[in-house]
Amino acid sequence: MTNPNNATITTVHTAAFTAGDALKIPTLRILQDDGNLYDGADKPTLDKDTALKMYDTMVFTRVLDERMLAAQRQGRISFYMQCLGEEATTVGSAAALDEQDMIMAQYREQGALRYRGFSLEQFMNQLFSNEKDLGKGRQMPVHYGSKDIYYMTISSPLGTQIPQASGYAYAQKLRGLAKTTICYFGEGAASEGDFHAGLNMAAVHKAPVLFFCRNNGYAISTPANEQFVGDGIACRAVGYGMKALRVDGADILAVYQATKMAREHALKHNEPVLIEAMAYRLGAHSSSDDPSGYRSKEEEEIWRKTDPISRFKLWLVKQGWLDEDADKAKIEKLRTEILDALKVAEKVAKPGIEHLISDVYQQPIPALQQQLDELKQHIRKYPDAYPVTSGRMD
Amino acid sequence: MAKMNMLQAINNALDLAMAKDDTVVCFGEDVGHFGGVFRATSKLQEKYGKARCFNTPLTEQGIAGFANGMAAQGMKPIAEIQFADYIFPAFDQIVNETAKFRYRSGNEFDVGGIVFRSPYGGGIAGGHYHSQSPEAYFAHTPGLKVVIPRDPYQAKGLLLASIASPDPVIFFEPKKLYRASTGEVPEDYYEIELGKAEVVQQGKDVTVLAWGAQMEIVDKAVAMAQEQGVSCEVIDLRSILPWDADTVAASVQKTGRLVINHEAPLTGGFAGEIAATIQKMCFLYLESPIERVCGLDTPYPLALEKEYVADHLKTYEAIMRSVKF
Repeated sequence: MTNPNNATITTVHTAAFTAGDALKIPTLRILQDDGNLYDGADKPTLDKDTALKMYDTMVFTRVLDERMLAAQRQGRISFYMQCLGEEATTVGSAAALDEQDMIMAQYREQGALRYRGFSLEQFMNQLFSNEKDLGKGRQMPVHYGSKDIYYMTISSPLGTQIPQASGYAYAQKLRGLAKTTICYFGEGAASEGDFHAGLNMAAVHKAPVLFFCRNNGYAISTPANEQFVGDGIACRAVGYGMKALRVDGADILAVYQATKMAREHALKHNEPVLIEAMAYRLGAHSSSDDPSGYRSKEEEEIWRKTDPISRFKLWLVKQGWLDEDADKAKIEKLRTEILDALKVAEKVAKPGIEHLISDVYQQPIPALQQQLDELKQHIRKYPDAYPVTSGRMD
Repeated sequence: MAKMNMLQAINNALDLAMAKDDTVVCFGEDVGHFGGVFRATSKLQEKYGKARCFNTPLTEQGIAGFANGMAAQGMKPIAEIQFADYIFPAFDQIVNETAKFRYRSGNEFDVGGIVFRSPYGGGIAGGHYHSQSPEAYFAHTPGLKVVIPRDPYQAKGLLLASIASPDPVIFFEPKKLYRASTGEVPEDYYEIELGKAEVVQQGKDVTVLAWGAQMEIVDKAVAMAQEQGVSCEVIDLRSILPWDADTVAASVQKTGRLVINHEAPLTGGFAGEIAATIQKMCFLYLESPIERVCGLDTPYPLALEKEYVADHLKTYEAIMRSVKF
């Protein structure tokens, strides 16, 4: 072995550090706040239909988030997570993918999910954990998933999807599918061991993964400057021998462009790419969080002005692709549809008692079947204590 | 039939599985060209190529996460964790991800194709980081299957059944027996059903239960007891999760006595679960308290290994205590 260390040896004879911030990663910006492109910026390659689908998806998640946060406050659902201010990151990236590219998300990627075609009813059924929920009412609200649209079911533990995305993409490569896997996570989750494990595995085994970091400034209350001291997350990719891109996360044209380029590279070379989208989590971490305890209204106001939706809308209007009055009417109609769907979903029954033990194994093991039988006898004895299931057992 | 040691039987099982199904992939630390530190994956890279048998970076959580992703895509990853003592960085991926993948998605996705193979147990002068028996941690996790073979024939049949299983399996291999245990093994494909214990010796006075490398120790103790006129029924549990309570209970209802032996420490060990279940199923049949012969509640020692282990003498004493109660 001529180079056992797999490292470049450039000899010097005087001790000298390489600085921790020696690597400067540029940030791609295409669209300005006023809806105009930056001078000399890459021309958007979007067609009208795609652009309008992206816009509609962003608006959908914004209205859904408003309505469902209110529903949580009213006690109708137990928990909710908004993506306020980050709509461009997930929608812009999802739009740049093939519809059979796997999406492995963290939990704040409802934009990508909606772009793939998850229906309003499917959102509601999950949020109300009713018997029509694809996940059979087993996970807290916002833990969506659907095999049909290649959206891996969300898992609460942070960062676990990262090495999984490496393995999933490796399998796609092995099977010659010519598809990629996009893996979303936040800058906080990038501190987890799974981040390092997953990036290194993908780089070494040449898996076509797009690691998409939503650097939104906060991990619940912990600001990014208490999370790491390096230059963001993108520089870490270079440490794993991986290509990196950094984009303005509120600029959907930049996100789209970067993701398209990353996808092409990943497929052509069977290599992972890391994209870091610089964003701001304008809402609370979740319905259980209150940002007033750790950041100021003034800070939030600064970021509210860079709203990704209004920026994209201005651009669409300039293209002559969007009529503002028609848009307003459409949003009003959407509000009504969401409320109607909510009212339907909250009345749908909970999953039946058999789903307490189904899917733990492909078939229930004997001990589990016995436990269910004993439980049913108990419920029959005290039906009033278990109203969800007592009236509908066989 | 061919004479094989346990490593050869495992290698043969992996070879057959990879030949039969091209979605079967083997990987882990040093698993590629080198064939694993114990050589369980020897020659598989030469035969099936680097894409299907490969080294990974030194990251157990990465290996387990990678396996989860591959299996979610529909492949059958067989991931080696070099020593069971080093499975803990992967604990989150296995316990929170592998075990819950099907359940949490409502069966939209599953990772049933996975087998985690890992050498476990003592007897090789490995001290506390090359000797642990962590089966009880995983037995406490719904969604996993946990399997431990006692000899080459069992190892091949149980491993092939684990690979074919629609549920994820943790397959702990008694490394002390890798080369020490030899026997006749069919060269063709066969499976041994998971979740079933085996009565390896019929008897009437006392049931003696163990698994993995402890089966040899139990056999020695049983031979000593037999010389004293005690007739022992010996059971190899084989699957820790799900475990075959019916076979154990049927035996204890016949003998009225139960001695359980395992390598892992006493407190929180799987013997406790067995004892609790069997006392309920067999309460009116029991002639004496259920005995547990286990490791001490300490890390696995080095210099004092002989004193620590649940050996044949301690097992013999427990058998005699049980029959004389």
